[in-house]
Amino acid sequence: MSLTDSDKALVKKVWAKIAPKADEIGADALGRMLYVYPQTRTYFAHWPDMSPGSAPVKNHGKTIMKAVGDAVSKIDDLVGGLSALSDLHAFKMRVDPGNFRVRAPYIQTILAHNLLVSLAVFFPADFTPEVHVTMDKFLGAVAAALSAKYR
Amino acid sequence: MVQWTDAERAAIADIFGKIDRDVVGPNALARCLIVYPWTRRYFGGFGNLYSADAILANPKVAAHGKVVFGGLEKAVKNLDDIKITFAPLSELHSEKLNVDPDNFRLLADCLTLVIAGQMRAAFTPEVQAAWQKFLAVVVSALCRQYY
Repeated sequence: MSLTDSDKALVKKVWAKIAPKADEIGADALGRMLYVYPQTRTYFAHWPDMSPGSAPVKNHGKTIMKAVGDAVSKIDDLVGGLSALSDLHAFKMRVDPGNFRVRAPYIQTILAHNLLVSLAVFFPADFTPEVHVTMDKFLGAVAAALSAKYR
Repeated sequence: MVQWTDAERAAIADIFGKIDRDVVGPNALARCLIVYPWTRRYFGGFGNLYSADAILANPKVAAHGKVVFGGLEKAVKNLDDIKITFAPLSELHSEKLNVDPDNFRLLADCLTLVIAGQMRAAFTPEVQAAWQKFLAVVVSALCRQYY
């Protein structure tokens, strides 16, 4: 499953629309992920507070959305563009790549799913079925790029 | 047996009280067919499923979306007994319809996203957790009679 030219155009269009609320969406999605999927908390155990709306969650939500925005700008070469981030997640943080993807065989997934939930909550009218499938594909491609350096 | 806290029961009842049943089922099923196109293989008799617009306009998809939603309403009425309540449905999906059970999770995700869009800020992380737990139990019940 790869991104067509029209997928890429739609991703850029969607990003332009949601960018003003990017920080809020990132914080919302991360807060949801940590609450609804407690197994993801193992990676953030060093935070004083992991609850939705807390300062560490807000800050990290911003970081995540900056990276998503970066991915949008590098949409023509996600593997190359996200290579450094993949190194970071694989070797420094050792995050199980199942946590990024929209769909995993057994466990319900995680960050991308919650980003889609946040999109639906913040932009319900824009989150049409076409936008849904395109963002699902895009986040899948980002997850694949983030997993690229694991082995 | 699944244990439900009072808060979870209340959250789930609240969701069913708030959402539009004639919209959520059809919308979620249509999304499933659009976002995960391989699921169309189970609906050969439904006519035109060749584009997002065709799917959204397809009356059979809409009707079946309501049937699916009716199943969820049955589950919420039998919250402590979903496994047994859904045994015949599970058998139907495995023996007669031959549905790959992975697809139940895809439809569940679509239901979650449609409801998130309807409820917006009211779909808090706590409500989302209760809802996804409910769906996980339903999916598990549907998978039960396989093999």
